[in-house]
Amino acid sequence: MLDVRDVSLSFGGPPVLQRAALQVPTGDVVALLGPSGAGKSSLLRVIAGLLVPDSGSVWLDGSDVTHVPPHQRRIGLMFQNEQLFPHLDVAANIGFGLRMQRTDRATIASTVEELLAVVGLHGFGPRRVTHLSGGEAKRVALARALAPRPAVLLLDEPLTGLDRELHDRLALDLAGILRATATTAVLVTHDHDEAATIADRTVVLGADMT
Amino acid sequence: MFYAWPFATLLGRVLQPSSVVDTLTSPGIGRVIWFTCWQALVSTALTMAIGFAPAYVVARYRFRGRRAALAIITVPFMLPTVVVGAAFLALLPERWHGTAAAVVVAHVFFNVAVVVRLVGAMWAVLPTDLTAVARTLGASPARVLRHVVLPLLRPALYAAASVVFIFTFTSFGAVKLLGGPSHPTIEVEIARRATQLGDIDAAAVLSIAQLIVLAVVVWWSARWQRRSEHTFAAGRTTRRPRTRSERRVVAVVMATTVAAMVAPIAMMVARSFRTSSGWSLTPWRTLGANEVRPGISLGVDPLGSLAVSLRYAALATAISIVFGGLAALTIASARRHGRLLDTGLLLPLGTSAVTIGLGMLITFDTAPFDWRSAWWLPPIGHALVAIPFVVRSLLPTLRSISADQRLAAVTLGASPLRAWWEVEVRRLPGPLLSAAGFAAAISLGEFGATTFLTRSGRDSMPIAIDRLLGRAGAVPHAQAFALATMLFVLTAAVVAIADRQEVVDARRA
Repeated sequence: MLDVRDVSLSFGGPPVLQRAALQVPTGDVVALLGPSGAGKSSLLRVIAGLLVPDSGSVWLDGSDVTHVPPHQRRIGLMFQNEQLFPHLDVAANIGFGLRMQRTDRATIASTVEELLAVVGLHGFGPRRVTHLSGGEAKRVALARALAPRPAVLLLDEPLTGLDRELHDRLALDLAGILRATATTAVLVTHDHDEAATIADRTVVLGADMT
Repeated sequence: MFYAWPFATLLGRVLQPSSVVDTLTSPGIGRVIWFTCWQALVSTALTMAIGFAPAYVVARYRFRGRRAALAIITVPFMLPTVVVGAAFLALLPERWHGTAAAVVVAHVFFNVAVVVRLVGAMWAVLPTDLTAVARTLGASPARVLRHVVLPLLRPALYAAASVVFIFTFTSFGAVKLLGGPSHPTIEVEIARRATQLGDIDAAAVLSIAQLIVLAVVVWWSARWQRRSEHTFAAGRTTRRPRTRSERRVVAVVMATTVAAMVAPIAMMVARSFRTSSGWSLTPWRTLGANEVRPGISLGVDPLGSLAVSLRYAALATAISIVFGGLAALTIASARRHGRLLDTGLLLPLGTSAVTIGLGMLITFDTAPFDWRSAWWLPPIGHALVAIPFVVRSLLPTLRSISADQRLAAVTLGASPLRAWWEVEVRRLPGPLLSAAGFAAAISLGEFGATTFLTRSGRDSMPIAIDRLLGRAGAVPHAQAFALATMLFVLTAAVVAIADRQEVVDARRA
């Protein structure tokens, strides 16, 4: 269970987050809605450990992880614009997290194959990531984030920049994949339909968040 | 003509197998080549390692004094090699003089700017989200560096390493002053063979051999740079340091780097006021006098060298601007064959200054072209060294002017000549001033080619500094430091004017 308690954050200017709180039970998918500038992305970065809050704390499965560095948190983050590693092929991108855990090559290879099948990109392993279409790149980014089996997966507007038809198909796929892998997830979006398709519950940031 | 002819003469000298064999088997030559290679490799490795931290800080953080710090780090790179050599003679204790370590330290000082600028520029556009995503996938900061940052910076790393290697491999002034007779590089050996031993054949063989090595390095690094290139969406990533530890890293790295850049120069200025009897203005006051004590002449006229240098710089700048400007215009308009011409002009860039000086020396020493004693020969040598830089700084502006713009001017009623004038020439004053600044700075500090072309009695400042440092006694040394200080101020002023113009142009664009 992910528990964000009274997190406040400012970059030396006006507050970006004020006593933000959020609880996500294990296995749930929560959508985080709110106007732009409400601090949705910043909250994800605090949860991932990329930003340290001025006050408040982040708890994961009963322990305080507020000051645990991001690489030891087991929290995955899928960025809005994929951020695939351009110097690695599709398989190496997906296997990156496992490699960081010093998993052996054979296990990495088989996990990558499984995940490619899960996201519907069978046989894409040796391709260069710079030659992927927008939808394919998002699928690779999702597979990469899922590979190290994070305790919580954070999705920062994962489907923006796709045309309507592709967006809707990918939203359904994403919902299915998160269910099938029983992933605990927080989805940031500004699209109510998308939130309804993918998430079990919707929270609006900027409003009362309990 | 002034490049191709000496070059051909040089080649002619080498194309006798016997002289090649004689030179490469002559005693001591193995040691020279070995020292040249290892000091260049060590200098390059150290420069890369030391330049890495400031490159990171400058690329990632915004802080007060950032621009000033960057300017200070860049200054040494523009300094005459003789000034750098003199500064380190002033800074380092006596027992370091004439050691390989002194050479390497000076080379690092000289070239850190290359790493900070080239690697920093690429690092600055590397998206921070890319490293953030690696962190969330379980990579520690060290592993992010190894598995993400370094692979993506590779083109800049190769470029910086090859530039530093080429500069340290062909380093002349700093090695001559700091390495002493026991540590000659190929470049110093060429000069020694040619001017002291009169062994022109050996010098020619060595300079061609050096040119071949450099060509291989350039070709190799260009290949590796192309191969390691990856496309990523560039972002602007500088931000203010947020946490206390970030602020500490920024402060410590920048303070250390800037201090290391300022210390040798400050020491050199201080030493110019130092004589055997304590602090004194004597070295400065006697700069104009040819005699230290009545009846004892130094044979060096320090203040006279200032006049000589200024005259050389003026002439060399004029020549290189005229010819460099014409060459740039030709390259820019001859679009298809432009690349070939471009590469052709890069050749002198890769040719070391000593090679240019040697080529001119052996070409213009026989009647009817015996111009060795002509006062205008050294500035022509300087111009040859400077022209490639002039072309390089003018080309980007010229290439950015599309043919459409000229056509547009014609359709608006301008005659072709008028259109050329309005669209191309009138854009140039800014870049031209920058180019002139760099040409003047190069001429002021030129040492390698001048060694061959100088006549005693008409020493330029770098030559006079070298001679003064060769004399015994505290006063000549202090005078050398005083002269080096003046040369430093002159060069810095010229570069500052050129640089400011570039900033203005950048803003305008």
